[in-house]
Amino acid sequence: MADSLPTEFDVVIIGTGLPESILAAACSRSGQRVLHVDSRSYYGGNWASFSFSGLLSWLKECQQNSNVGEEGTATWQDLIDETEEAITLRKEDATIQHTEVFCYVGQDVEDNVQEVGALQKNPSSVESSILTLDSACLPEERHTSYLTSYEVPGTNTQKSDRELSPEVTDTEEWLEKEKYCEDKTCVYTVSDGEKDENKLRVKDNTDKPKKNRISYSQIVKEGRRFNIDLVSKLLYSQGSLIDLLIKSNVSRYAEFKNVTRILAFREGKVEQVPCSRADVFNSKELTMVEKRMLMKFLTFCLDYEQHPDEYQAFEQCLFSEYLKTKKLTPNLRHFILHSIAMTSESSCSTLDGLKATKTFLQCLGRFGNTPFLFPLYGQGEIPQCFCRMSAVFGGIYCLRHKVQCFVVDRESGRCKAIIDHFGQRINAKYFIVEDSYLSEEACSTVQYRQISRAVLITDQSILKTESDQQVSILIVPPVEPGACAVRVMELCSATMTCMKDTYLVHLTCSSSKTAREDLESVVKKLFTPYAEAEIDKEELTKPQLLWALYFNMRDSSGINRSSYNGLPSNVYVCSGPDCELGNDHAVKQAETLFQEIFPNEEFCPPPPNPEDIIFDGDDKQPEASGTSNIKMAKLESSKESKSLESPGKHFQN
Amino acid sequence: MYMRHGRLKVKTSEEQAEAKRLEREQKLKLYQSATQAVFQKRQAGELDESVLELTSQILGANPDFATLWNCRREVFQQLETQKSPEELAVLVKAELGFLESCLRVNPKSYGTWHHRCWLLGRLPEPNWARELELCARFLEVDERNFHCWDYRRFVAAQAAVPPAEELAFTDSLITRNFSNYSSWHYRSCLLPQLHPQPDSGPQGRLPEDVLLKELELVQNAFFTDPNDQSAWFYHRWLLGRADPQDALRCLHVSRDEACLTVSFSRPLLVEARTETLLLLVDEAPLTVEWRTPDGRSRPSHVWVSQDWCELSVEKSTVLQSELESCKELQELEPENKWCLLTIILLMRALDPLLYEKETLQYFQTLKAMTHPPLLQAVDPMRAAYLDDLRSKFLVENSILKMEYAEVRVLHLAHKDLTVLCHLEQLLLVTHLDLSHNRLRALPPALAALRCLEVLQANDNAIESLDGVTNLPRLRELLLCNNRLQQPTTLQPLASCPRLVLLNLQGNPLCQAEGILEHLAELLPSVNSILT
Repeated sequence: MADSLPTEFDVVIIGTGLPESILAAACSRSGQRVLHVDSRSYYGGNWASFSFSGLLSWLKECQQNSNVGEEGTATWQDLIDETEEAITLRKEDATIQHTEVFCYVGQDVEDNVQEVGALQKNPSSVESSILTLDSACLPEERHTSYLTSYEVPGTNTQKSDRELSPEVTDTEEWLEKEKYCEDKTCVYTVSDGEKDENKLRVKDNTDKPKKNRISYSQIVKEGRRFNIDLVSKLLYSQGSLIDLLIKSNVSRYAEFKNVTRILAFREGKVEQVPCSRADVFNSKELTMVEKRMLMKFLTFCLDYEQHPDEYQAFEQCLFSEYLKTKKLTPNLRHFILHSIAMTSESSCSTLDGLKATKTFLQCLGRFGNTPFLFPLYGQGEIPQCFCRMSAVFGGIYCLRHKVQCFVVDRESGRCKAIIDHFGQRINAKYFIVEDSYLSEEACSTVQYRQISRAVLITDQSILKTESDQQVSILIVPPVEPGACAVRVMELCSATMTCMKDTYLVHLTCSSSKTAREDLESVVKKLFTPYAEAEIDKEELTKPQLLWALYFNMRDSSGINRSSYNGLPSNVYVCSGPDCELGNDHAVKQAETLFQEIFPNEEFCPPPPNPEDIIFDGDDKQPEASGTSNIKMAKLESSKESKSLESPGKHFQN
Repeated sequence: MYMRHGRLKVKTSEEQAEAKRLEREQKLKLYQSATQAVFQKRQAGELDESVLELTSQILGANPDFATLWNCRREVFQQLETQKSPEELAVLVKAELGFLESCLRVNPKSYGTWHHRCWLLGRLPEPNWARELELCARFLEVDERNFHCWDYRRFVAAQAAVPPAEELAFTDSLITRNFSNYSSWHYRSCLLPQLHPQPDSGPQGRLPEDVLLKELELVQNAFFTDPNDQSAWFYHRWLLGRADPQDALRCLHVSRDEACLTVSFSRPLLVEARTETLLLLVDEAPLTVEWRTPDGRSRPSHVWVSQDWCELSVEKSTVLQSELESCKELQELEPENKWCLLTIILLMRALDPLLYEKETLQYFQTLKAMTHPPLLQAVDPMRAAYLDDLRSKFLVENSILKMEYAEVRVLHLAHKDLTVLCHLEQLLLVTHLDLSHNRLRALPPALAALRCLEVLQANDNAIESLDGVTNLPRLRELLLCNNRLQQPTTLQPLASCPRLVLLNLQGNPLCQAEGILEHLAELLPSVNSILT
């Protein structure tokens, strides 16, 4: 069946992370024939979101990656002729390290708890399964002959599936059923490589039937309610990703929720940061004078370039020192430095701080009272939205499709083709590859940074208010100056990322040690383990930890192309997720690469109005399907509760 | 294939523009023919449902065509007499839906909101709850749509919504965005309803605890954004709540002139037919004619008097603490005129004499901001207003001092006055010194000074003397170094029977030839005219 894949493309893209997906959309949109492949069984690479069981399987994969030997793959040596040479690609992913899982809730039910709606599959059957996606509205329909192992990113269909009919097979579910809850050990620790680090922490709780508490089996049962992001990011309302989503009309495939609160952690307490005019007005914590001072400073920051005399003398100073000269009380300085500018106390210059503050403030009010949007169903939706756009414009998608090597012409030094795991040779003009696919040799001189991540499932919000459906972001400054601040994002069930009565908490910082070593102290400050709660009354006010995962992710952003060894000139590298809050790096990278490859093409222009498309009279068949495609997409977007264009219109009056 | 060489084929921008143009032309044709048809039918008196249909085509696109709404009302009035209640109910339901769609086209259409009011007012059983919901929805989209606020007040009044609920509604909108005149204004209407004062005290006065709460709320607003005027105006309303009770300020009886003069604490209209003012002599009512002292306004028999204090006296502790917070804000925002102005008003309300010097300093600051030499004139348009306000306060202070001293001589010289006010309170003054100011006129209200004997107004910029008329006791008038141009401007003086000394030195009119003769002719009774 793999033989039916076309052999000629303009662009082959390997990896379905955000920058690769944007590039795929941009290339297809400008009329290039695009093949977009990913060796994994899911979209997004390290940008993906998982259901609970999906995450557990992902963990298992991460653990196995280092052990599993080579699978039987077709040989490629015969396909290369003398004038060519091969550059092999990496066979397993090495970007995730130091995974550690802790389960705090009691294991009170029988074994074999499984996720409702999880697919009963084994890896071999997965390979050939045809996903019954509602692909009727996609142009790929015409290629049904080789649809077998291709999938079409189907964001909207999935959503309605999940909401309307939980019994219906979840199209995203590619995983075999998990049977990990053997015996009493509901906790397992996966550690990459270093076996001595293996720790087993079993909190053998006796079942407490009091209250309506959440048990592990419930989490597993409701696992499909979770959409757990590997990277924790938000969209700045005026950021480059939002602009791109709107401009390219990809926004029609996604829905968003406003972050509702900006929080600060000061003197051991979590408090809300008043950042908009309405927040300041309504704040009960600030004194009148503080309100004035804060508003005055924020107003100044909005157009600080116009008042150079206000800051010129401090350009060489730290932003934190500069704030002290502004008659701001300590808690206001804390709010501005950590929660608004989100900068470091010990290293951020005055100018950078002012710039960051301005960016934050400019984003206020576009879609709500905070500067951020969170995509419903998780950050993992965003790359899929771009893939969908690419598919609408003819891009061909293959998951679970491994690429063995690049074929390079010895003479010109240019890459001519790839050879996939079926041994098929696919020719193209340009190749885009995500960093993690490059072999160890290619990356041997590259210095990678690491991101420390934690994912927690908790039972309460870190700051309780009347509404329990809050989306909050909190920056916890480092205890020692110079260390990294920890970014905490708390998602409620309304974001469609966790089950009812739980909160999904993401912690992120750039690594200095392992993720647990970097983040555990913050977790301890904010949360209390499930078991201890009833003993310590003081601790009761803190939310309880039900489940926790720590891992380190490779940060391949900001790496110069020249750091890679022996890359052909027409092979372009995209990086994995970076540590920043926004998505600017990925968008900028995609745009830069696109313009490098196609200097005369517009980057993701708005799709044409369906009424303006001219169809040739002699071919009626595609005409009909063509129009219905686009109209369908239009209808979909109008159904959405929060499409990106509409909120802005409210502000016009 | 709809992809050609991998590209979508789309219309060019010219083709698109042409298609647009044709569409517009078509629209215009339809619009014009429908309009014509409506007017023809209206003229012919054919007020039937076809008119509703035609007007709805036009109004659906342009809801601001007021005449067509009138047409619809005429049709409805007609149909009310012809149709059964059931048929009418169907029509009304359709009309409400149509109105809503028009409001979505233009949520600020006067005609549409008015029509809705009209329609709801005629319904036997209007669904007010639905209307309140409609308002809430439109205010959700634009919380400052005053058309919708107006309509909401109408609905709330008709449906007798408890003021507490409406107050909570204003709360929620102020929380979202406090730059909302409508919302603050609605509060000012609701609070007195919610807290009616049981005693005979002045209407609309708030109990102290409510007042303090409101002050805190509004302070939050102006500390957050001192440039937002809506909060300052509400603040002013809160402090200036109590209107003084009606009272007779002063009564003057002149036996010589057989004249009785009354001064009130606020402007009143005294008419012959109504018994606003009843004169009892020896316990028997005496029918008299009342007139205004300047004799200029139509014979409305009014004795006008201005309430002279803008801020009535609230509990001075409240004012004192307000003054302190404003001063605090002023230190943070030295350039904010609203803050400065409020400080001045608060000081006047507290103790005008004690704060006189400070008030003048604040005026100085304000003026420095309004005058351009510093190149940062904040509000040059209000420069004259500030001058006048300052003059007003200075006159008020001088009157106070005079009253304390229990004299009938008022010194207002060298005060940089630009305007004269509160003259109606100077009923008993015999000597008035206005020298060395910036006055440009002696206004008609000056005629209220029934006892004035000597008026000094040297070194001003006076051009007219309208107020120096009918002053029964005026003997000396000093007008040196002013800007009197024409002898005719002195005409009003002829009505002052006792004027004997007039000094006009240093006025342009003195240059005219034969001026003395001219004046002697104009003012025969004045013995001594100096030019």
